[in-house]
Formats: sequence, C-alpha cells, structure tokens
Amino acid sequence: MSTQAWTFTIVGLTFALYVAIAIRARATSTGEFYVAGKGVPPLANGMATAADWMSAASFLGMAGLISFMGYDGSVYLMGWTGGYVLLAVLLAPYLRKFGKFTVPDFIGDRYESKIGRRVAVFCAIFICFTYVAGQMRGVGVVFSRFLEVSVEKGVLIGMAIVFVYAVLGGMKGITWTQVAQYCILIFAFLVPAIFISIQLTGNPIPQVGFGSRLDGEVGREIASGAPWLLDTLNQLHDELGFKPYTDGSKSLTDVFCITLALMVGTAGLPHVIVRFYTVPRVKDARTSAFWALFFIAILYTAAPAVAAFARANLIHTVDGAHYAPATRVNDQGKSLPDWFRTWEETGLIAWIDKNGDGKVRYHEGAAFGAFEGSSKPAFSDKRGASGERMFFNPPSDSPNELYVDKDIMVLANPEIAGLPAWVIGLVAAGALAAALSTAAGLLLVVSTAISHDLLKRGAMPNISERGELMAARIAAAVAVVIAGIMGIYPPGFVAQVVAFAFGLAASSFFPAIVMGIFSKRMNQLGAVSGMVAGIAFTTSYIIWFKFIDTAPDAPSRWWFGISPEGIGSVGMLVNFAVALGLRRFGAPPSPATQELVEHIRVPEG
Amino acid sequence: MNGPDRASYWRANLRLIFSVLCIWFLVSFGAGIWGREFLDQWRLPGTGFPLGFWFAQQGSILVFVCLIAFYVRAAGRLDKRFGVEEKADDPNAQQDGKA
Repeated sequence: MSTQAWTFTIVGLTFALYVAIAIRARATSTGEFYVAGKGVPPLANGMATAADWMSAASFLGMAGLISFMGYDGSVYLMGWTGGYVLLAVLLAPYLRKFGKFTVPDFIGDRYESKIGRRVAVFCAIFICFTYVAGQMRGVGVVFSRFLEVSVEKGVLIGMAIVFVYAVLGGMKGITWTQVAQYCILIFAFLVPAIFISIQLTGNPIPQVGFGSRLDGEVGREIASGAPWLLDTLNQLHDELGFKPYTDGSKSLTDVFCITLALMVGTAGLPHVIVRFYTVPRVKDARTSAFWALFFIAILYTAAPAVAAFARANLIHTVDGAHYAPATRVNDQGKSLPDWFRTWEETGLIAWIDKNGDGKVRYHEGAAFGAFEGSSKPAFSDKRGASGERMFFNPPSDSPNELYVDKDIMVLANPEIAGLPAWVIGLVAAGALAAALSTAAGLLLVVSTAISHDLLKRGAMPNISERGELMAARIAAAVAVVIAGIMGIYPPGFVAQVVAFAFGLAASSFFPAIVMGIFSKRMNQLGAVSGMVAGIAFTTSYIIWFKFIDTAPDAPSRWWFGISPEGIGSVGMLVNFAVALGLRRFGAPPSPATQELVEHIRVPEG
Repeated sequence: MNGPDRASYWRANLRLIFSVLCIWFLVSFGAGIWGREFLDQWRLPGTGFPLGFWFAQQGSILVFVCLIAFYVRAAGRLDKRFGVEEKADDPNAQQDGKA
C-alpha cells in the first residue's frame, strides 16, 4: 500500500471512531454538556486532560523547536509540565469542591462581581480563539501534506468532525473522544521515536537512547567509535558554527521568565481547569492531575529525545550532500534523499547554492535575507543548475545554504529515518488527534462561556434548561465556524499569538483564582482591578514588541531582557501586587462569600 | 468539623503545599535553569547526559510526576487524619449521578 493509501485508511478509521464515540456519548442535560455529569473516572479524565492539553503545537511543533533550540527548548518542556504541579496543589481540588461549571463562574461567585465575571468571560473567549486558530491550521497543514487536499479543504473536514462531537456530545462526548485521541496520539508519537532510537543508539526506549552512545545501525554511520549522542551533537554543532546543543543562548532571566509564564499560564488555561470539574470527588481531582501529568510526561520526555535524534539525522543526511539524485551524481559522495525534494515542493525547505558546487552546505546563520518583509522563501518558477527551486530572497553573508522550517521535523521524521509507509500515516492521524482534541476542548469553553456565563448567569437568568442547552449547542456551532475561518485565514503568525494565550492566562486567571482560594480577605475591588491591570500590562507589552516595534534590534529594548513570551510572569506579579495593594480600599467579602471560601477548602461537605 | 480543627487542617494543608512547591522550584528553576551550567560539569551516572541539561529536559518532568503522586497520597492522609475525607454517601459525590 502506498503512503497515501495508508494515511487515508488510518485517518479514516480514527475519524469514524471519534464520530461513533460521539453518537454513543450524546449529552442530554446542561450538566452533561458542561461537565460530563461529573461522572468521569480519574484515570479517563487524566487521559482526556492530556489529549486536551497536548495540541498540534506539542505534537508537531515542539520536538522541531527543541531540535533547533537545543537547551533553550527546555523552557517548553519544564513550562508545559510544571504547570500541572501548580494545578494539582493550588487549583484543582478546590475548584472541584466549588463544583460549578466554568472558570468565570468561580470568579463571578467568589468576588460577587458581574464585571469580574465579564472580564473572565472575555479572557476565556480570547484565550480560546487565539489557541484554536493554531489547531485548525495544524489540521489543514496535515491534510495538505499527506492527503493532497488543500489547506482550506483540510480545515473544513476538521471543522465537520469537531462539529459532530462537540456540538452533539458536549463535554461528555469530548471526554470520551479525547481518551481515544490520547491513545492514538501517544502511539503515533512513540512508534517513530522508538524506531529512530533503535536506528541511532540501539536502545528501544527513546528517553534512554537520548543519553546513550551512537551504537545503532545509522548511529555508526554518523560517528565511528560509538561516542555519546549528545557529545556528537555538540561536536557537529561546533563544526557547523552553532552553539553547543546542550548549551543555551537565551539570557538566564529570559529563560526563567518564559518557563514561569508557561507554567502559570498552563495552570490558568480555562480548557484545562474545566476538566477538573468533571470528576466525581475532590480526591479524584487530585488523582486525575497525577494521571494527566503522567500521560503528558510520556510524550514530553520522548520529545527532547526525538529532537536530538532528528537533529543528528538532519545534519548527517543533509550537510555536504549533492542536491541531484544519486543517479546524476558522478563523483563520490552522498546525495540528498527524496524527502528533501518532497518537502521543498511544499516550500518548507529551501536551498540556495551559494558556492555553486551542487552540494548543500549547512552552517549557522540564515541562508537568505527577507523578501517583501517576510523571512520565509518567496519561490519563483525558475529552477537552479541542480534542479532546485529558486526564490527571490537575497542570499545572506553566512555560508549557510539551507532553510528548514522548524514545523516539519516531526512530520518529516519518519521519512528522514526511512520508516515504513504505515508509520507516516500513523503520524498524520496522531497529529490530527492532537489538534482536534485540543480544538474541541477550547470550543467547549467558548460555548459554555456564552450560554452559561453570558446568558444564564447574565442577560437571561430565566432561560430554561432546554433553552440553555440549545444555546450552548448554537454557540459551539458558531465557535467552530469562527475557528475554521481563523484556520483558513490565520491572524498573523500563529506562534506569536500563542504567546498571548499563555501570557493572558498567567496574568488574569491564575492570580485571581489562587487569591480567591487562599486569601479569605481578597475582595471584588482588589481582584478585579488586579485582573484588569495584569491583562492591560501583558497585552500592551506583547502588542508593542510583537506587532509595533519589530525591528531586528528590538530585543535590546526589552525590559530587563524579558521577551514577550516571558512577560506573562511579570503580568502575574502586577496582578498580585495591584490586587493586594487595592484590597484595603474595598469592602471586605460578605459573610456568605467567606463561608464559600471555608467550604471549598475542605473536601468534606 | 469545628473551628480550631478546621484551622489546623488548613495550616497542615498549607505546609504540605509549601513543601511540594519548594521541590517543584528546586528541580526546575534551581537545577534546570540557575544551576544548569554548574551541574553540567558532571554527568548523570552511566549516561551521556550533562547533569544540568538532564534536569532541564528529563529530570524535572520525572520529579513533577512523582511530586504529584506524593501530594495525592499526603493530602489523602491529611483528610483522613482530620476526618474530612468525602464519605461514600456524600451528596457532593453523587451530585449529578453517574454519566
């Protein structure tokens, strides 16, 4: 069977599975639609949380990012797992005891504030849409690459699937599809990782192979004498002018701030928090936090291993290879494998033969300058002397001749390692599972924020149960359409917008919820002004440095060297400081609210 | 549960949270970031990992998982000691029935 046939079969089967689960797990009440009737066992909730959380970015983007960043990529690994410790000890058990439906519910009830609830609704919707655009885009990219469907059509198919199970099934449908999606995505991530680990190091466990010697079949080609993989990578980096792989180039302050912002942001993301409302008991909320991180850690410890393997493989395969296929190369030496040309056609790889020797030279630095404001290659119709695609971008001074988009590393990995066709199909299905499960979780938050927080608890308090459920379904449907449009016409560079989602979650929800639980005296005035100040600060900093001051030397003007990705941690401090400073000027919380705080602090009752 | 018991349960709970967060901070921000260069002079025994790099890309995550496991058990014990664990017939547990 061809790669494409395999991909069609595997993707088709998984989609049929999702729809079948959705039909079996239809929601019949708002309680089921919002929180799956609070009947999800902790192990299943842990799996669902893991799938909910691990997005197209975790599955497709992260290993590639780390592959090019080396040690600096650790910020994602620690940041996106450490947040679960915060969730487990600071938020999950207490929010479960609170026992309502949404994050704005908690803010609104705890601070007895309509404005607080609205600010929270606004943040929740904003965070979800910025995040979901990337997921839909991811679905489109996978479809276009593996199934020869246009990105637009791919997004439409993804929308249709999410529509079926999110609109019909609500949280109940989403939960059980997410359990299935976790199984598919983790299997799809681990199979190529295990294959490649064996090829390079001879050890089948990627996490162990990562710290092993290059003693596999391919590993021995890369370096003789079986040196440590990481030592070899550092040495290759040194030869090509890169910083050592295990060394960083970001400042200590920045690494610190980004990690903190990602941790706190993770703990404050509404689609993750709401999953802890779905279990039967407080104890189960704690246990499912454990299972969630356990299942996430399987992928998150394998990803840096995959990154290192891919890096070694890429440098070994590409550097010094002839562009022309093997049959046309006359002299001795290796030539580029077919995957290089396939990915070149998609525009995610480009090569410029600066010294005219027909061989790829990989080196530190960008291969070419920007063209019409974009640093991505702008291809022309012409072909170069070796048959490579030509582009308009001017060559740079660096001896580097190669451009590789970070996003392809996971998708191209099976091809780079020469794995069988079904593995490639599996990876495509896994990427789709990761993107769809996250998209569904996010869209559900949008829909509940509208039907529950804006209608039931806002504009239409007398709406019937059936009316609210209908409103939730309509809101989910509208949200799917908007998400699809954002996937087809992505608003700017998706990765830039994701920094927003974490920054906002870190600077708004996290402090407001933590103070709501741990400070009995925190009142409406303090908490709401804290949230507004945190959001205003973080948003202006990110907008300024991501969209207004985008000059190459802008990093020199960052405050204390903190990048927009890391500013959420400062925004969080601003929120805490403003809230604690202004608290004394407002009235203390009512006796009923103080009673509520006492109530959520204890599991019993 | 009466007032003073409630207060001492909460204090014990805060102590538990504080100790968990200390370890959380030490392995990630401590060993994985600030101490990384210093720790990199050693290797994780028997492997090719520089120690600080290992903490940043593997060790901290493994410790996080163990840390939550520890917290789940410790918090459960605390609930039992103060008699505040949810009972089987707890109305809270049965709120909306099974799915």
